[in-house]
Amino acid sequence: MLHASDGLSQLGQRAQAQPVDLAKTLHDGSRIAVVGAGPSGSMFSYFLLKMADTVALELDVHLYEPRHFCHRGPAGCNHCGGIVSESLVQRLATEGIALPDDVVQRGIESYTLHMDVGDVEIATPLHERRIAAIYRGNGPRNSEPLDTHSFDGYLQQLAYDQGATAMPKLVTNVTNDGEQMRVECADGSSADYDLVVIATGVNSRLIKTLQGQLSEYSPPEVTKTFICEFHLGKELIRKTLGPSMHVFLLDIPRLEFAALIPKGNYVTLCLLGDDIDDKLMEQFFSSPEVKNCFPGGVIPPHVCHCYPRINIQTAKPSYGDRLVMIGDSGTTRLFKDGIGASYRTAKAAARTAVFHGVAAEDFRKYYWPLCKKVDSDNQIGKLVFAIGSLVQRARFARRGVLRMTANEQKNPEIPPRMSEVLWDLFSGSAPYREVFLRTLHPAYIASLMWNLVAGNVPGKKPAAKQEPVESGNG
Amino acid sequence: MASLGKEYKDGEVIFHQGEVGNCMYVIQRGEVEAVAVNQHGKELRLRTMGPNDFFGEMALFGSEKRSATIRALGDARVLTIDKKSFLGGIHEDPSLAFRIVKVMSHRIRDLTDRLATYEDK
Repeated sequence: MLHASDGLSQLGQRAQAQPVDLAKTLHDGSRIAVVGAGPSGSMFSYFLLKMADTVALELDVHLYEPRHFCHRGPAGCNHCGGIVSESLVQRLATEGIALPDDVVQRGIESYTLHMDVGDVEIATPLHERRIAAIYRGNGPRNSEPLDTHSFDGYLQQLAYDQGATAMPKLVTNVTNDGEQMRVECADGSSADYDLVVIATGVNSRLIKTLQGQLSEYSPPEVTKTFICEFHLGKELIRKTLGPSMHVFLLDIPRLEFAALIPKGNYVTLCLLGDDIDDKLMEQFFSSPEVKNCFPGGVIPPHVCHCYPRINIQTAKPSYGDRLVMIGDSGTTRLFKDGIGASYRTAKAAARTAVFHGVAAEDFRKYYWPLCKKVDSDNQIGKLVFAIGSLVQRARFARRGVLRMTANEQKNPEIPPRMSEVLWDLFSGSAPYREVFLRTLHPAYIASLMWNLVAGNVPGKKPAAKQEPVESGNG
Repeated sequence: MASLGKEYKDGEVIFHQGEVGNCMYVIQRGEVEAVAVNQHGKELRLRTMGPNDFFGEMALFGSEKRSATIRALGDARVLTIDKKSFLGGIHEDPSLAFRIVKVMSHRIRDLTDRLATYEDK
Protein backbone atom coordinates (compact mmCIF):
# COMPACT_ATOMS: atom_id res chain seq x y z
CA MET A 1 0.00 0.00 0.00
CA LEU A 2 1.29 3.46 -0.82
CA HIS A 3 1.67 5.98 1.95
CA ALA A 4 1.17 9.71 1.93
CA SER A 5 4.92 10.22 1.77
CA ASP A 6 5.18 8.28 -1.50
CA GLY A 7 5.40 10.53 -4.54
CA LEU A 8 4.71 9.47 -8.11
CA SER A 9 8.40 9.32 -8.82
CA GLN A 10 8.84 7.08 -5.80
CA LEU A 11 6.26 4.59 -7.01
CA GLY A 12 8.79 2.42 -8.78
CA GLN A 13 11.98 3.23 -6.87
CA ARG A 14 11.70 -0.01 -5.00
CA ALA A 15 11.73 -1.82 -8.32
CA GLN A 16 14.98 -0.13 -9.38
CA ALA A 17 17.07 -2.87 -7.79
CA GLN A 18 16.01 -5.12 -10.65
CA PRO A 19 17.81 -5.03 -14.01
CA VAL A 20 16.53 -1.93 -15.78
CA ASP A 21 15.67 -3.55 -19.11
CA LEU A 22 13.61 -6.30 -17.48
CA ALA A 23 12.00 -4.27 -14.75
CA LYS A 24 10.87 -1.28 -16.76
CA THR A 25 10.28 -2.39 -20.31
CA LEU A 26 7.44 -4.49 -21.65
CA HIS A 27 8.25 -8.02 -22.76
CA ASP A 28 6.27 -11.03 -23.98
CA GLY A 29 3.60 -11.78 -21.41
CA SER A 30 3.74 -8.35 -19.71
CA ARG A 31 0.46 -7.51 -18.04
CA ILE A 32 -1.15 -4.10 -18.47
CA ALA A 33 -4.22 -2.83 -16.62
CA VAL A 34 -6.18 -0.05 -18.28
CA VAL A 35 -8.63 1.50 -15.81
CA GLY A 36 -11.59 3.00 -17.69
CA ALA A 37 -12.87 2.08 -21.15
CA GLY A 38 -13.86 5.53 -22.36
CA PRO A 39 -12.15 6.78 -25.53
CA SER A 40 -8.75 7.17 -23.78
CA GLY A 41 -8.66 3.69 -22.27
CA SER A 42 -10.04 1.91 -25.33
CA MET A 43 -7.81 3.78 -27.77
CA PHE A 44 -4.76 3.17 -25.56
CA SER A 45 -5.53 -0.58 -25.50
CA TYR A 46 -6.17 -0.66 -29.23
CA PHE A 47 -3.00 1.21 -30.24
CA LEU A 48 -0.81 -0.50 -27.64
CA LEU A 49 -1.79 -3.92 -28.98
CA LYS A 50 -1.40 -2.79 -32.60
CA MET A 51 2.06 -1.34 -31.99
CA ALA A 52 3.08 -4.41 -29.97
CA ASP A 53 2.00 -6.56 -32.90
CA THR A 54 4.28 -4.64 -35.28
CA VAL A 55 7.31 -5.54 -33.11
CA ALA A 56 6.08 -9.10 -32.39
CA LEU A 57 5.45 -8.37 -28.71
CA GLU A 58 2.69 -10.33 -26.98
CA LEU A 59 1.00 -8.35 -24.25
CA ASP A 60 -1.84 -9.18 -21.89
CA VAL A 61 -4.07 -6.11 -21.69
CA HIS A 62 -6.96 -6.00 -19.19
CA LEU A 63 -9.53 -3.26 -19.80
CA TYR A 64 -11.43 -2.45 -16.58
CA GLU A 65 -14.89 -0.93 -17.05
CA PRO A 66 -17.91 -1.70 -14.85
CA ARG A 67 -20.43 0.09 -17.10
CA HIS A 68 -22.12 -1.14 -20.23
CA PHE A 69 -22.26 1.50 -22.95
CA CYS A 70 -25.26 -0.21 -24.54
CA HIS A 71 -27.46 1.22 -21.74
CA ARG A 72 -29.51 4.35 -22.40
CA GLY A 73 -29.33 7.34 -20.06
CA PRO A 74 -26.72 7.98 -17.33
CA ALA A 75 -25.97 4.26 -16.71
CA GLY A 76 -24.22 3.94 -20.07
CA CYS A 77 -23.13 7.52 -20.63
CA ASN A 78 -19.79 9.26 -20.19
CA HIS A 79 -21.40 12.71 -19.88
CA CYS A 80 -20.04 14.75 -22.76
CA GLY A 81 -21.40 16.99 -25.53
CA GLY A 82 -20.43 14.30 -28.03
CA ILE A 83 -18.52 15.91 -30.88
CA VAL A 84 -15.72 14.23 -32.79
CA SER A 85 -13.74 17.10 -34.32
CA GLU A 86 -12.81 17.50 -37.96
CA SER A 87 -9.14 16.83 -37.22
CA LEU A 88 -9.90 13.67 -35.21
CA VAL A 89 -12.29 12.29 -37.85
CA GLN A 90 -9.43 12.65 -40.37
CA ARG A 91 -6.82 11.12 -38.04
CA LEU A 92 -9.04 8.15 -37.23
CA ALA A 93 -9.80 7.61 -40.92
CA THR A 94 -6.05 7.68 -41.64
CA GLU A 95 -5.58 5.05 -38.91
CA GLY A 96 -8.17 2.88 -40.67
CA ILE A 97 -10.95 3.65 -38.18
CA ALA A 98 -13.98 4.85 -40.15
CA LEU A 99 -16.81 5.76 -37.79
CA PRO A 100 -19.79 3.56 -38.73
CA ASP A 101 -23.07 5.17 -39.77
CA ASP A 102 -24.88 3.82 -36.68
CA VAL A 103 -22.32 5.55 -34.40
CA VAL A 104 -22.56 8.92 -36.17
CA GLN A 105 -25.83 10.51 -35.04
CA ARG A 106 -25.37 13.39 -37.45
CA GLY A 107 -22.62 14.73 -39.70
CA ILE A 108 -22.21 18.43 -38.98
CA GLU A 109 -22.00 20.62 -42.10
CA SER A 110 -21.85 24.09 -40.63
CA TYR A 111 -21.80 26.24 -37.52
CA THR A 112 -24.46 28.87 -36.98
CA LEU A 113 -23.36 31.71 -34.73
CA HIS A 114 -26.18 33.38 -32.79
CA MET A 115 -25.75 36.84 -31.31
CA ASP A 116 -28.18 39.55 -30.25
CA VAL A 117 -27.11 41.54 -33.34
CA GLY A 118 -27.91 38.72 -35.79
CA ASP A 119 -27.03 35.19 -36.88
CA VAL A 120 -24.58 33.89 -39.44
CA GLU A 121 -23.97 30.40 -40.79
CA ILE A 122 -20.35 29.36 -41.37
CA ALA A 123 -20.14 26.52 -43.87
CA THR A 124 -17.51 23.79 -43.67
CA PRO A 125 -14.55 24.78 -45.89
CA LEU A 126 -14.93 21.77 -48.26
CA HIS A 127 -18.73 21.52 -48.03
CA GLU A 128 -18.25 18.03 -46.68
CA ARG A 129 -19.43 16.41 -43.43
CA ARG A 130 -16.29 15.88 -41.40
CA ILE A 131 -17.55 16.56 -37.86
CA ALA A 132 -19.45 13.76 -36.14
CA ALA A 133 -22.16 14.27 -33.51
CA ILE A 134 -22.17 11.10 -31.43
CA TYR A 135 -23.55 9.63 -28.20
CA ARG A 136 -20.99 8.48 -25.68
CA GLY A 137 -23.58 6.03 -24.30
CA ASN A 138 -26.56 4.71 -26.17
CA GLY A 139 -28.77 7.77 -26.19
CA PRO A 140 -30.69 9.83 -23.62
CA ARG A 141 -32.71 8.44 -20.71
CA ASN A 142 -35.99 6.82 -21.83
CA SER A 143 -35.13 7.32 -25.50
CA GLU A 144 -36.87 4.99 -27.89
CA PRO A 145 -34.83 2.03 -29.17
CA LEU A 146 -33.10 3.09 -32.35
CA ASP A 147 -30.62 1.51 -34.66
CA THR A 148 -27.77 3.44 -33.05
CA HIS A 149 -24.52 2.52 -31.33
CA SER A 150 -22.48 4.16 -28.59
CA PHE A 151 -19.20 5.79 -29.63
CA ASP A 152 -17.47 4.55 -26.47
CA GLY A 153 -18.94 1.09 -27.03
CA TYR A 154 -17.60 1.09 -30.59
CA LEU A 155 -14.06 1.98 -29.47
CA GLN A 156 -14.27 -0.55 -26.62
CA GLN A 157 -15.15 -3.26 -29.16
CA LEU A 158 -12.16 -2.22 -31.32
CA ALA A 159 -9.92 -2.79 -28.30
CA TYR A 160 -11.47 -6.21 -27.65
CA ASP A 161 -11.13 -7.17 -31.31
CA GLN A 162 -7.45 -6.25 -31.10
CA GLY A 163 -7.02 -8.65 -28.16
CA ALA A 164 -7.80 -6.73 -24.95
CA THR A 165 -9.61 -8.67 -22.22
CA ALA A 166 -12.83 -7.24 -20.76
CA MET A 167 -12.73 -6.77 -16.97
CA PRO A 168 -16.25 -5.66 -15.94
CA LYS A 169 -15.16 -4.53 -12.47
CA LEU A 170 -14.96 -1.26 -10.56
CA VAL A 171 -11.37 -0.43 -9.61
CA THR A 172 -11.22 1.15 -6.16
CA ASN A 173 -7.47 1.45 -5.61
CA VAL A 174 -4.09 1.18 -7.31
CA THR A 175 -1.10 0.33 -5.14
CA ASN A 176 2.53 -0.68 -5.49
CA ASP A 177 3.89 -3.78 -3.75
CA GLY A 178 7.50 -2.93 -4.50
CA GLU A 179 7.92 -4.83 -7.75
CA GLN A 180 4.60 -4.51 -9.50
CA MET A 181 1.49 -2.37 -9.54
CA ARG A 182 -1.60 -3.86 -7.93
CA VAL A 183 -5.18 -3.11 -8.97
CA GLU A 184 -7.84 -3.61 -6.29
CA CYS A 185 -11.51 -3.95 -7.19
CA ALA A 186 -14.79 -3.31 -5.39
CA ASP A 187 -15.57 -7.05 -5.34
CA GLY A 188 -12.46 -7.68 -3.19
CA SER A 189 -10.35 -9.14 -6.01
CA SER A 190 -6.93 -7.81 -6.94
CA ALA A 191 -4.30 -8.47 -9.62
CA ASP A 192 -0.69 -7.46 -10.29
CA TYR A 193 0.48 -5.64 -13.41
CA ASP A 194 3.63 -4.34 -15.09
CA LEU A 195 1.87 -1.12 -16.08
CA VAL A 196 -1.30 0.60 -14.91
CA VAL A 197 -2.97 3.18 -17.12
CA ILE A 198 -5.47 5.52 -15.48
CA ALA A 199 -8.16 6.55 -17.98
CA THR A 200 -11.08 7.20 -15.65
CA GLY A 201 -11.68 10.84 -16.53
CA VAL A 202 -12.16 13.40 -13.75
CA ASN A 203 -15.58 12.27 -12.54
CA SER A 204 -14.15 9.19 -10.79
CA ARG A 205 -13.34 8.59 -7.12
CA LEU A 206 -10.12 6.81 -8.08
CA ILE A 207 -8.45 10.15 -8.88
CA LYS A 208 -9.16 11.33 -5.30
CA THR A 209 -7.83 8.05 -3.91
CA LEU A 210 -4.59 8.47 -5.86
CA GLN A 211 -4.33 12.08 -4.73
CA GLY A 212 -4.44 10.93 -1.11
CA GLN A 213 -1.63 8.48 -1.71
CA LEU A 214 0.78 10.43 -3.90
CA SER A 215 2.28 13.49 -2.29
CA GLU A 216 3.69 14.96 -5.55
CA TYR A 217 0.53 14.41 -7.51
CA SER A 218 -1.59 17.43 -8.28
CA PRO A 219 -4.89 16.29 -9.81
CA PRO A 220 -6.44 18.10 -12.77
CA GLU A 221 -8.35 21.27 -11.94
CA VAL A 222 -12.00 20.97 -12.90
CA THR A 223 -15.08 23.06 -13.49
CA LYS A 224 -18.75 22.13 -13.59
CA THR A 225 -20.62 22.12 -16.90
CA PHE A 226 -24.23 21.46 -17.91
CA ILE A 227 -25.41 19.07 -20.60
CA CYS A 228 -29.01 18.18 -21.43
CA GLU A 229 -31.02 16.55 -24.19
CA PHE A 230 -34.22 17.78 -25.86
CA HIS A 231 -36.49 15.52 -27.88
CA LEU A 232 -37.62 17.27 -31.06
CA GLY A 233 -37.77 14.46 -33.60
CA LYS A 234 -35.85 14.23 -36.86
CA GLU A 235 -38.28 16.23 -38.97
CA LEU A 236 -38.44 19.20 -36.59
CA ILE A 237 -34.67 19.17 -36.21
CA ARG A 238 -34.32 19.21 -39.99
CA LYS A 239 -36.64 22.19 -40.25
CA THR A 240 -35.33 24.22 -37.31
CA LEU A 241 -31.66 23.40 -36.81
CA GLY A 242 -30.63 21.54 -39.96
CA PRO A 243 -27.22 19.81 -40.11
CA SER A 244 -25.69 22.79 -38.30
CA MET A 245 -24.24 23.12 -34.82
CA HIS A 246 -25.69 26.25 -33.22
CA VAL A 247 -23.26 28.31 -31.15
CA PHE A 248 -24.21 31.28 -28.97
CA LEU A 249 -22.15 34.38 -28.28
CA LEU A 250 -24.30 36.02 -25.61
CA ASP A 251 -23.54 38.66 -23.01
CA ILE A 252 -23.95 36.32 -20.03
CA PRO A 253 -21.27 36.51 -17.32
CA ARG A 254 -19.22 33.31 -16.75
CA LEU A 255 -20.57 31.65 -19.93
CA GLU A 256 -17.64 30.73 -22.18
CA PHE A 257 -19.35 28.52 -24.74
CA ALA A 258 -22.87 27.32 -25.46
CA ALA A 259 -23.94 25.05 -28.29
CA LEU A 260 -26.95 23.11 -29.53
CA ILE A 261 -25.85 19.91 -31.26
CA PRO A 262 -28.44 18.11 -33.43
CA LYS A 263 -28.33 14.30 -33.15
CA GLY A 264 -30.94 12.00 -34.68
CA ASN A 265 -34.21 12.64 -32.81
CA TYR A 266 -32.54 14.68 -30.06
CA VAL A 267 -30.66 17.91 -29.60
CA THR A 268 -27.85 18.15 -27.04
CA LEU A 269 -27.28 21.43 -25.23
CA CYS A 270 -23.80 21.98 -23.87
CA LEU A 271 -22.94 24.90 -21.57
CA LEU A 272 -19.31 25.49 -20.66
CA GLY A 273 -17.94 28.20 -18.43
CA ASP A 274 -16.97 29.07 -14.91
CA ASP A 275 -19.07 26.78 -12.70
CA ILE A 276 -22.39 26.72 -14.51
CA ASP A 277 -25.24 27.30 -12.02
CA ASP A 278 -29.03 27.87 -12.03
CA LYS A 279 -28.71 31.64 -12.38
CA LEU A 280 -26.56 31.35 -15.48
CA MET A 281 -28.87 28.73 -16.99
CA GLU A 282 -31.93 30.91 -16.35
CA GLN A 283 -30.28 33.81 -18.17
CA PHE A 284 -29.34 31.53 -21.05
CA PHE A 285 -32.77 29.93 -21.48
CA SER A 286 -34.55 33.29 -21.30
CA SER A 287 -32.51 34.87 -24.10
CA PRO A 288 -34.46 35.30 -27.37
CA GLU A 289 -31.52 33.98 -29.44
CA VAL A 290 -31.85 30.59 -27.71
CA LYS A 291 -35.66 30.49 -27.76
CA ASN A 292 -35.72 31.29 -31.46
CA CYS A 293 -33.81 28.09 -32.22
CA PHE A 294 -36.74 25.99 -30.98
CA PRO A 295 -40.06 25.45 -32.77
CA GLY A 296 -42.47 28.28 -31.94
CA GLY A 297 -39.84 29.90 -29.74
CA VAL A 298 -40.70 27.48 -26.92
CA ILE A 299 -37.96 25.49 -25.21
CA PRO A 300 -39.31 22.00 -24.46
CA PRO A 301 -38.54 20.22 -21.16
CA HIS A 302 -35.29 18.28 -21.34
CA VAL A 303 -35.41 14.50 -21.12
CA CYS A 304 -31.99 13.93 -19.62
CA HIS A 305 -29.40 16.17 -17.99
CA CYS A 306 -26.11 16.10 -16.08
CA TYR A 307 -23.51 18.40 -14.53
CA PRO A 308 -20.23 16.71 -15.45
CA ARG A 309 -16.92 18.20 -14.41
CA ILE A 310 -14.28 18.84 -17.05
CA ASN A 311 -10.52 19.14 -16.83
CA ILE A 312 -9.29 22.74 -17.18
CA GLN A 313 -5.74 22.28 -15.89
CA THR A 314 -3.33 19.38 -16.50
CA ALA A 315 -2.59 16.91 -13.68
CA LYS A 316 1.05 17.21 -12.57
CA PRO A 317 2.86 14.94 -12.99
CA SER A 318 0.59 12.57 -14.91
CA TYR A 319 3.02 9.65 -14.82
CA GLY A 320 5.24 7.59 -12.54
CA ASP A 321 7.09 4.31 -12.70
CA ARG A 322 4.68 1.80 -14.28
CA LEU A 323 1.88 4.34 -14.07
CA VAL A 324 0.49 6.83 -16.57
CA MET A 325 -2.64 8.98 -16.66
CA ILE A 326 -4.22 9.68 -20.02
CA GLY A 327 -7.17 11.65 -21.39
CA ASP A 328 -9.06 13.79 -18.88
CA SER A 329 -7.26 12.08 -15.98
CA GLY A 330 -4.03 13.64 -17.27
CA THR A 331 -4.54 16.46 -19.71
CA THR A 332 -7.09 17.62 -22.25
CA ARG A 333 -7.76 20.63 -24.44
CA LEU A 334 -9.53 23.55 -22.82
CA PHE A 335 -13.28 23.32 -23.55
CA LYS A 336 -12.78 21.67 -26.99
CA ASP A 337 -11.88 18.43 -28.69
CA GLY A 338 -11.61 16.39 -25.48
CA ILE A 339 -11.93 13.16 -27.48
CA GLY A 340 -9.11 14.36 -29.75
CA ALA A 341 -6.92 14.90 -26.66
CA SER A 342 -7.83 11.39 -25.50
CA TYR A 343 -6.62 10.00 -28.82
CA ARG A 344 -3.36 11.97 -28.71
CA THR A 345 -2.49 11.14 -25.09
CA ALA A 346 -3.54 7.48 -25.50
CA LYS A 347 -1.31 7.05 -28.52
CA ALA A 348 1.63 8.91 -26.99
CA ALA A 349 1.44 6.75 -23.85
CA ALA A 350 1.14 3.55 -25.95
CA ARG A 351 4.16 4.54 -28.10
CA THR A 352 6.21 5.23 -24.98
CA ALA A 353 5.29 1.92 -23.36
CA VAL A 354 6.00 -0.21 -26.45
CA PHE A 355 9.04 1.52 -27.92
CA HIS A 356 10.76 3.04 -24.87
CA GLY A 357 9.65 1.61 -21.53
CA VAL A 358 7.34 2.09 -18.57
CA ALA A 359 9.69 3.87 -16.16
CA ALA A 360 8.83 7.38 -14.96
CA GLU A 361 11.86 8.61 -16.92
CA ASP A 362 10.46 7.11 -20.15
CA PHE A 363 7.11 8.81 -19.66
CA ARG A 364 8.87 12.06 -18.72
CA LYS A 365 10.92 11.99 -21.93
CA TYR A 366 8.36 10.69 -24.41
CA TYR A 367 4.87 11.30 -22.98
CA TRP A 368 5.07 14.41 -20.81
CA PRO A 369 6.16 16.75 -23.67
CA LEU A 370 2.77 16.19 -25.33
CA CYS A 371 0.96 17.02 -22.06
CA LYS A 372 3.06 20.17 -21.69
CA LYS A 373 2.32 21.14 -25.29
CA VAL A 374 -1.43 20.76 -24.71
CA ASP A 375 -1.13 22.67 -21.43
CA SER A 376 0.78 25.54 -23.07
CA ASP A 377 -1.79 25.71 -25.84
CA ASN A 378 -4.55 25.85 -23.22
CA GLN A 379 -2.88 28.95 -21.73
CA ILE A 380 -3.21 30.62 -25.14
CA GLY A 381 -6.76 29.22 -25.26
CA LYS A 382 -7.55 31.10 -22.04
CA LEU A 383 -6.37 34.29 -23.72
CA VAL A 384 -8.49 33.54 -26.81
CA PHE A 385 -11.58 32.93 -24.66
CA ALA A 386 -10.82 36.14 -22.69
CA ILE A 387 -10.85 38.06 -26.00
CA GLY A 388 -14.09 36.23 -26.86
CA SER A 389 -15.55 37.44 -23.54
CA LEU A 390 -14.72 41.03 -24.49
CA VAL A 391 -16.59 40.56 -27.78
CA GLN A 392 -19.48 39.01 -25.80
CA ARG A 393 -19.73 42.16 -23.69
CA ALA A 394 -19.29 44.76 -26.43
CA ARG A 395 -22.24 45.13 -28.81
CA PHE A 396 -20.24 47.16 -31.33
CA ALA A 397 -17.64 44.36 -31.48
CA ARG A 398 -20.36 41.75 -32.06
CA ARG A 399 -21.68 43.84 -34.96
CA GLY A 400 -18.21 43.97 -36.51
CA VAL A 401 -17.69 40.22 -36.13
CA LEU A 402 -21.12 39.51 -37.61
CA ARG A 403 -20.58 41.81 -40.60
CA MET A 404 -17.12 40.46 -41.39
CA THR A 405 -18.24 36.81 -41.16
CA ALA A 406 -21.47 37.34 -43.13
CA ASN A 407 -19.61 39.11 -45.94
CA GLU A 408 -17.02 36.32 -46.14
CA GLN A 409 -19.76 33.67 -46.30
CA LYS A 410 -21.67 35.55 -48.99
CA ASN A 411 -18.69 36.33 -51.19
CA PRO A 412 -16.23 33.49 -51.95
CA GLU A 413 -13.76 36.05 -53.33
CA ILE A 414 -13.15 37.48 -49.85
CA PRO A 415 -10.51 35.53 -47.87
CA PRO A 416 -12.44 33.83 -45.02
CA ARG A 417 -10.21 35.15 -42.22
CA MET A 418 -12.86 35.60 -39.53
CA SER A 419 -14.77 32.49 -40.69
CA GLU A 420 -11.65 30.34 -40.32
CA VAL A 421 -10.90 31.74 -36.86
CA LEU A 422 -14.47 31.09 -35.69
CA TRP A 423 -14.61 27.68 -37.39
CA ASP A 424 -11.44 26.46 -35.70
CA LEU A 425 -12.47 27.99 -32.39
CA PHE A 426 -15.92 26.34 -32.42
CA SER A 427 -14.85 23.03 -33.89
CA GLY A 428 -11.59 22.65 -31.96
CA SER A 429 -9.92 21.59 -35.21
CA ALA A 430 -6.80 23.73 -34.76
CA PRO A 431 -4.58 24.48 -31.75
CA TYR A 432 -5.44 27.72 -29.94
CA ARG A 433 -1.96 29.02 -30.81
CA GLU A 434 -2.77 28.77 -34.51
CA VAL A 435 -6.14 30.47 -34.00
CA PHE A 436 -4.50 33.27 -32.01
CA LEU A 437 -1.70 33.81 -34.55
CA ARG A 438 -4.27 34.18 -37.32
CA THR A 439 -5.87 37.06 -35.43
CA LEU A 440 -2.51 38.87 -35.49
CA HIS A 441 -2.32 38.88 -39.29
CA PRO A 442 -2.34 42.51 -40.51
CA ALA A 443 -5.02 41.72 -43.14
CA TYR A 444 -7.27 40.21 -40.43
CA ILE A 445 -6.80 43.23 -38.16
CA ALA A 446 -7.41 45.68 -41.02
CA SER A 447 -10.55 43.85 -42.14
CA LEU A 448 -11.89 43.64 -38.58
CA MET A 449 -11.25 47.37 -38.04
CA TRP A 450 -13.10 48.23 -41.25
CA ASN A 451 -16.04 45.97 -40.33
CA LEU A 452 -16.17 47.42 -36.81
CA VAL A 453 -16.61 50.85 -38.35
CA ALA A 454 -18.93 49.80 -41.20
CA GLY A 455 -20.99 47.52 -38.96
CA ASN A 456 -21.73 50.31 -36.52
CA VAL A 457 -22.83 52.98 -38.99
CA PRO A 458 -26.29 54.14 -37.80
CA GLY A 459 -29.16 52.92 -39.97
CA LYS A 460 -27.39 49.71 -41.12
CA LYS A 461 -29.46 46.56 -40.71
CA PRO A 462 -27.94 43.46 -39.13
CA ALA A 463 -27.29 40.48 -41.40
CA ALA A 464 -30.40 38.50 -42.25
CA LYS A 465 -30.90 35.15 -40.60
CA GLN A 466 -30.33 32.22 -42.95
CA GLU A 467 -32.81 29.39 -42.99
CA PRO A 468 -31.39 25.97 -42.17
CA VAL A 469 -31.08 23.79 -45.23
CA GLU A 470 -30.86 20.02 -45.26
CA SER A 471 -28.71 19.06 -48.21
CA GLY A 472 -29.65 15.43 -48.17
CA ASN A 473 -25.98 14.58 -48.02
CA GLY A 474 -26.52 11.63 -45.72
CA MET B 1 -28.04 6.93 -38.72
CA ALA B 2 -25.81 9.42 -40.47
CA SER B 3 -22.64 9.45 -42.50
CA LEU B 4 -19.47 11.44 -42.82
CA GLY B 5 -17.72 12.54 -45.99
CA LYS B 6 -19.14 13.33 -49.39
CA GLU B 7 -21.47 11.23 -51.53
CA TYR B 8 -20.45 10.33 -55.12
CA LYS B 9 -22.90 8.79 -57.57
CA ASP B 10 -22.13 5.74 -59.70
CA GLY B 11 -19.55 6.73 -62.35
CA GLU B 12 -18.87 10.14 -60.82
CA VAL B 13 -15.20 11.14 -60.96
CA ILE B 14 -13.53 12.06 -57.67
CA PHE B 15 -10.41 13.32 -59.41
CA HIS B 16 -8.89 13.06 -62.89
CA GLN B 17 -5.53 11.74 -63.99
CA GLY B 18 -3.17 14.68 -64.53
CA GLU B 19 -4.83 17.02 -62.02
CA VAL B 20 -2.70 18.54 -59.28
CA GLY B 21 -4.00 17.44 -55.87
CA ASN B 22 -3.38 18.47 -52.28
CA CYS B 23 -5.40 15.91 -50.34
CA MET B 24 -5.98 12.19 -50.04
CA TYR B 25 -9.24 10.30 -49.57
CA VAL B 26 -10.54 7.46 -47.40
CA ILE B 27 -13.54 5.42 -48.56
CA GLN B 28 -16.28 5.37 -45.94
CA ARG B 29 -18.81 3.31 -47.89
CA GLY B 30 -19.05 1.72 -51.35
CA GLU B 31 -16.33 1.10 -53.93
CA VAL B 32 -14.21 3.15 -56.32
CA GLU B 33 -11.98 2.20 -59.24
CA ALA B 34 -8.60 3.61 -60.23
CA VAL B 35 -8.18 3.87 -64.00
CA ALA B 36 -5.38 5.27 -66.14
CA VAL B 37 -5.19 6.08 -69.84
CA ASN B 38 -2.09 4.70 -71.60
CA GLN B 39 -0.15 6.27 -74.48
CA HIS B 40 -2.56 4.66 -76.99
CA GLY B 41 -5.55 6.32 -75.34
CA LYS B 42 -6.80 3.04 -73.91
CA GLU B 43 -8.29 3.14 -70.40
CA LEU B 44 -6.92 0.49 -68.04
CA ARG B 45 -8.37 -0.42 -64.64
CA LEU B 46 -5.51 -0.45 -62.13
CA ARG B 47 -7.46 -1.59 -59.08
CA THR B 48 -10.73 -1.33 -57.21
CA MET B 49 -10.93 -0.19 -53.59
CA GLY B 50 -13.51 -0.56 -50.83
CA PRO B 51 -14.35 0.70 -47.32
CA ASN B 52 -11.37 2.00 -45.31
CA ASP B 53 -9.08 1.93 -48.37
CA PHE B 54 -7.35 5.20 -49.19
CA PHE B 55 -6.24 6.78 -52.44
CA GLY B 56 -4.61 9.99 -53.67
CA GLU B 57 -1.91 9.68 -50.99
CA MET B 58 0.95 10.44 -53.44
CA ALA B 59 -0.25 14.06 -53.64
CA LEU B 60 0.54 14.45 -49.94
CA PHE B 61 4.22 13.66 -50.36
CA GLY B 62 4.90 15.74 -53.46
CA SER B 63 3.24 18.11 -55.85
CA GLU B 64 3.09 15.68 -58.77
CA LYS B 65 -0.05 15.32 -60.83
CA ARG B 66 -2.58 12.59 -60.04
CA SER B 67 -1.38 9.34 -61.64
CA ALA B 68 -4.86 7.92 -62.18
CA THR B 69 -8.52 8.82 -62.40
CA ILE B 70 -10.71 7.70 -59.48
CA ARG B 71 -14.37 6.93 -60.19
CA ALA B 72 -17.20 5.73 -57.98
CA LEU B 73 -18.34 2.15 -58.68
CA GLY B 74 -21.93 2.41 -57.56
CA ASP B 75 -22.77 5.05 -54.95
CA ALA B 76 -19.80 5.73 -52.70
CA ARG B 77 -19.07 7.96 -49.72
CA VAL B 78 -15.56 9.34 -49.40
CA LEU B 79 -13.82 11.42 -46.71
CA THR B 80 -11.19 14.00 -47.65
CA ILE B 81 -7.94 14.15 -45.66
CA ASP B 82 -6.21 17.55 -45.83
CA LYS B 83 -2.51 17.66 -46.61
CA LYS B 84 -1.89 20.02 -43.70
CA SER B 85 -3.84 17.88 -41.26
CA PHE B 86 -2.08 14.69 -42.39
CA LEU B 87 1.47 16.06 -42.39
CA GLY B 88 0.86 17.89 -39.10
CA GLY B 89 -0.33 14.60 -37.60
CA ILE B 90 2.76 12.75 -38.81
CA HIS B 91 5.00 15.49 -37.42
CA GLU B 92 3.48 14.94 -33.97
CA ASP B 93 3.06 11.19 -34.28
CA PRO B 94 5.17 9.43 -36.93
CA SER B 95 3.31 6.15 -36.29
CA LEU B 96 0.33 7.73 -38.06
CA ALA B 97 2.17 6.92 -41.31
CA PHE B 98 2.55 3.17 -40.48
CA ARG B 99 -0.64 2.16 -42.24
CA ILE B 100 0.00 4.36 -45.29
CA VAL B 101 3.54 2.98 -45.70
CA LYS B 102 2.30 -0.59 -45.24
CA VAL B 103 -0.42 -0.24 -47.88
CA MET B 104 1.89 1.61 -50.28
CA SER B 105 4.47 -1.18 -49.99
CA HIS B 106 1.71 -3.75 -50.74
CA ARG B 107 0.78 -1.74 -53.83
CA ILE B 108 4.42 -1.60 -54.99
CA ARG B 109 4.66 -5.38 -54.51
CA ASP B 110 1.43 -5.86 -56.47
CA LEU B 111 2.68 -3.65 -59.32
CA THR B 112 6.03 -5.46 -59.35
CA ASP B 113 4.23 -8.84 -59.66
CA ARG B 114 2.04 -7.51 -62.45
CA LEU B 115 5.06 -6.06 -64.28
CA ALA B 116 6.89 -9.38 -64.00
CA THR B 117 3.83 -11.18 -65.42
CA TYR B 118 3.64 -8.63 -68.24
CA GLU B 119 7.35 -9.03 -69.09
CA ASP B 120 6.83 -12.81 -69.28
CA LYS B 121 4.20 -12.48 -71.98
